[in-house]
Amino acid sequence: MTTTIGISEPTVTRPRYRAASFADALHSEWTKARTVPSTRWTLIAAAVLGIGLGALVSALAARHYAQESLSTRALWDPTSISGAGGELAQLAIGVLGIMIITSEYSTGAIRTSLTAVPRRGRFLAAKALVIAGLTFAVSEIIAFAAFFIGQALISGHAPTASLGQPDVLRALVGGGLYGALIGLLGLGLGALLRHASAAIAVLVALVFILPAIAAALPASIEHNVEKFWPTQAGQQVTVVVRGADSLSPWAGIGYLCLFAAIVLAASVVLLNRRDA
Amino acid sequence: MPRKSAQLSSGGQKIEARALTKAYGATLAVDDLSFDVNPGLVTGFIGPNGAGKTTTMRLILGLDSPTRGQVTVGGQRYRDLPAPMREVGALIDAKAVHPSRSAYHHLLSLAQSNGIPSRRAADVLGLVGLESAAGRRVGGFSLGMSQRLGIAAALLGDPPVLMFDEPVNGLDPEGIVWIRQLMRSLAAEGRTVFVSSHLMNEMAVTADHLIVIGQGKLLRDEGVTAFVESNTRHWVLVRSAQLDKLSAELSKAGAQVRPGTDDSIEVAGLDSRAIGELAAANGLTLHELATQHASLENAFMDLTHDSVDYRASGVAA
Repeated sequence: MTTTIGISEPTVTRPRYRAASFADALHSEWTKARTVPSTRWTLIAAAVLGIGLGALVSALAARHYAQESLSTRALWDPTSISGAGGELAQLAIGVLGIMIITSEYSTGAIRTSLTAVPRRGRFLAAKALVIAGLTFAVSEIIAFAAFFIGQALISGHAPTASLGQPDVLRALVGGGLYGALIGLLGLGLGALLRHASAAIAVLVALVFILPAIAAALPASIEHNVEKFWPTQAGQQVTVVVRGADSLSPWAGIGYLCLFAAIVLAASVVLLNRRDA
Repeated sequence: MPRKSAQLSSGGQKIEARALTKAYGATLAVDDLSFDVNPGLVTGFIGPNGAGKTTTMRLILGLDSPTRGQVTVGGQRYRDLPAPMREVGALIDAKAVHPSRSAYHHLLSLAQSNGIPSRRAADVLGLVGLESAAGRRVGGFSLGMSQRLGIAAALLGDPPVLMFDEPVNGLDPEGIVWIRQLMRSLAAEGRTVFVSSHLMNEMAVTADHLIVIGQGKLLRDEGVTAFVESNTRHWVLVRSAQLDKLSAELSKAGAQVRPGTDDSIEVAGLDSRAIGELAAANGLTLHELATQHASLENAFMDLTHDSVDYRASGVAA
């Protein structure tokens, strides 16, 4: 196309360039995630909750171990005690997933982002990969740090767990997987609802409130809810001593994975359909 | 991942809107707009606030989807452009940035998203005069600085098509002169420059071509010179104690005469010199003889006001 109009013999000569790729979008999203202070603060909050609360509970439980009854001692699970802060840490991780997209809506930056990357599926996929990587790494660090610090505090007062014991390593690695999925679930909820407050309310309901309400239901129903509630099922991979009729660790995390994938797929469909 | 090489476009790229329509519920924000924006020119996109200018620009950028019709840049829908920032640079909303990110990181992330070399981020900051604010949080920027940052982002990919929505908003007089010169020089390089404004006088000094819309409809699509000629009225204000006789003589000479305010008439069709000589030839005394111009701004307001009336009667019919 060579239309020349105007007085000054205009010609724009431009060097050949390559098409923008998914890797470019990923690079950009990584820069965006690391250059806002809220990312750092949310991850620090997650680490303080996960490691600090785990250490506190480990120290207290270890001091009281000697006074506990034999039946209580039989249920002694040092891995879950040192990981007691995990759930709250995961909440902070979920909030990070939410904020990374809702902050774009609240500031209007989403319009700039979607002008730069108009393929919206690519945009959200790049964000998802950044969130998954970031939350997996941080959740893994929290899981292992809380474990080693907790076991050190329990040591000398009560039996401790070690990586060599059955299922312990799986539970710790599972903590990272569970964190990444909660981060992705947060991203999906944030992209669907576009407001941080609404998305956080839904996430808290999913992870904490609805399972707690289910505990008040008749036992048969409660067991099914506990077994098939996505976040409850997903948590099975993070524990050593599991409930009698819960899904297996890998089936459980697969189930949560499917749930997060459905939420993310729905958010891509809506993102493509809605005006930005 | 295959690295496709994008089609190289020599020469300028056109923006082409065809029957472009956007409805929000029952309201037509953009109503059957068809126009071309051509390279090498500054095209002013003008209409009163709420006329649909921003919506049209959002449709061009694929931020909103049209209800009907289509708009392309260089023959492609914006969403299909292989590296959009290399083809189109746009400033729509200067405040649409994350406030706690620095100016440099904002531009860096945008450059990376389109595979543009990182050094361009520093280059464009220099181009808009923000190099000393590169490390500052964008949230602390004045509107004028934010506008400059938005223009820097638009220039990142060195694109042949540039769109600016109300770019002079918030700029100081020095900044206004700067952006006028920038738009002129971008167009002189053969780029397509599409700039919206609700200020007619601003466009009269900046644009080569005008696309005027009101209530989402196209009202004019013509060169600035043609627009100014067809929309500027001249008449001569005449005061005299002998208005009746003068009016009769003027009418005989082919002028249109209409009564003005207290003891004056407004004469069109004859210039002040002809009127003066006609009065002298008939022995009539003139107290005032002055050529009057309606401002371009008034002509623009008349034009867009008409579109409102037209729509109102159209609805009733």
